[in-house]
Amino acid sequence: MNTFWRTFKVAAWLGWEMDSNWTEPWLFIVYSIIKPIAATFILILMYVVFAAIGQFNAGPLFDFMYVGNALFIFVGSTLFGTFQVIQSDREWYQTIRYIYISPISFYLYVMGRATSKILVSTFAVVITLAFGAFVLNPPVQISLSLSSIPVFIAGLLLGLFCLLAIGITLGGVTFLMARHTQTLAEAVPGIFYVFCGVLFPLTVLPGWLQGIGKAIPLTYWFDLSRRLLLSPADQSVLTPLTGLGDFSDRTILAFLAISSVVFFVLSLGVFKLGEYLARKAGKIDMTTSY
Amino acid sequence: MSGETARKEPTIRRSDLRFRIGLNLRSVLGRAYPRVIGANREPSWVFFEVFLPLLGIAAYVYIYQAFYGAQVAAIQAGTCGLIPCTSPADQLAHLQAAGERLNALVATVVLGGTMVAFWLNVLWSMASQLYWEKEIGNLQIYMMAPMSRMALLAGMAIGGMFMTSVRAISTLVAGIVVFGVIFQVADPLLLLAVFFVTLVALYGMGMMFASLYLLWGREAWNLSALLEEPIFFSSGMYFPAGGLFLVPTWGPAVAIAGSIVPAMLGLDALRQLTLPGTAPLPILPPVTELELLLVLAVLFLILAKFALAHLETLAKREGKLTSRHQ
Repeated sequence: MNTFWRTFKVAAWLGWEMDSNWTEPWLFIVYSIIKPIAATFILILMYVVFAAIGQFNAGPLFDFMYVGNALFIFVGSTLFGTFQVIQSDREWYQTIRYIYISPISFYLYVMGRATSKILVSTFAVVITLAFGAFVLNPPVQISLSLSSIPVFIAGLLLGLFCLLAIGITLGGVTFLMARHTQTLAEAVPGIFYVFCGVLFPLTVLPGWLQGIGKAIPLTYWFDLSRRLLLSPADQSVLTPLTGLGDFSDRTILAFLAISSVVFFVLSLGVFKLGEYLARKAGKIDMTTSY
Repeated sequence: MSGETARKEPTIRRSDLRFRIGLNLRSVLGRAYPRVIGANREPSWVFFEVFLPLLGIAAYVYIYQAFYGAQVAAIQAGTCGLIPCTSPADQLAHLQAAGERLNALVATVVLGGTMVAFWLNVLWSMASQLYWEKEIGNLQIYMMAPMSRMALLAGMAIGGMFMTSVRAISTLVAGIVVFGVIFQVADPLLLLAVFFVTLVALYGMGMMFASLYLLWGREAWNLSALLEEPIFFSSGMYFPAGGLFLVPTWGPAVAIAGSIVPAMLGLDALRQLTLPGTAPLPILPPVTELELLLVLAVLFLILAKFALAHLETLAKREGKLTSRHQ
């Protein structure tokens, strides 16, 4: 157990060092925040333009979009964090052979590396939400009650664990892929961006696409988090639009718990299979410079 | 036998104009070739390069559709704009106007999503390219070869433009088919002129960045990543850039700073030329924007040449051209 913890901890520290060692830590933090803040400003301007030329105020929908976009920072970072570990160690730094033959769990190593990205993105999420609540005028109606905090934290942890498991499941596939996994790292979050009701209520999508969204556990995580974060006034407008109003908070937590277990088991299986096939084909430390 | 021939015919160093033009044109073609032909040898790239921008476009289109849905519901409930509707005819007029605005905004997103493909290509396949070539060991070979380094960058740019144009057109067509956007081209010649001058200016900027990135070393990757969302924002890729002028204090400053990236003026002109009369919040007349784009194109090409010369001098002086991971 101690070895597992040490592997995880050192991998997380290594991830931080590798991501941030090109610059000073404070500059790295600024860099980590500018991208998501700029993405948020795109949405703000979209709303400003629509409200100005249409002479229409859709405050609750804007709040829905804003909070969804802030939480999506976790999705992009976690998935990218897990996809790129094997590839960067194998192709870029060419250190995978040394790490792979060391007496550690390679699965935990990947998980630790991705965790450092989650920690940095937590900072970006908090700043984005704080910006919306305290700087924007009119502000985003964020009101997390004390009684909702335990459910929010439970949902957040389950959602992040589920994300990590999805990431490692797909990361296991990268054992067998050439160096251009960037496309996979962009495609999967892109799919979640459209189908999980991140920026707009699920009911805006055509019916058959809503089905895809409802089959992805993250859809429920976004909905639960928004229910707990946004004000009751926003909720009264948004709940009929989400298409998930029939699910209670507890039901959603149960969904997330089951999904986390399923994806965890799946990630172990796919990771082991990818590793086995890569070893068999001699691809563990291949480099593909094209 | 071949060795004997080599001894009999020693290499002659030619420096006449005709030879140099031919050499550089062959270099342009040679560097463009892998981008035109080679890139299509990996079918998954083609799929992802068309599919991924479409996902981004879809997300932003559905945002406008969500706002539109809420507005239609409000009009049907009797609120036209910020005041109650005066009559059923007033209600109908507002519904029709809302539909036209939605088409214009969705078209704005579709065109912007297409331009995003070019900007990403400029960042990742132009600006970062020399740095990447250094990392995989090709740069020293380029530097030793007798052609102009500008020919090398021009080849990269022409190949990149062609490759991305094919992808961007596919994305545009898919966007039109999926979201039912209606474009009306008012002046095809001006449209083509704006499009090509925008590309030349954009890739000129990429050529300039290629040398600078090489100097900045490991920051290159992070810099490219940093120039994605902030530039999507300041160039108005997913909303009319004129919207920035609606934001008091910092909005106009961002818009003016953003116009350094040619995508902003190019997109604004393209939107005006494909949505005549309905393009929301235009900045300047398209002809004026074309003139400004021409200035930017020339400026970036000149700066690219200077940056490249500076890089070469530094490389010779410091001898770090082939050092990896720096």
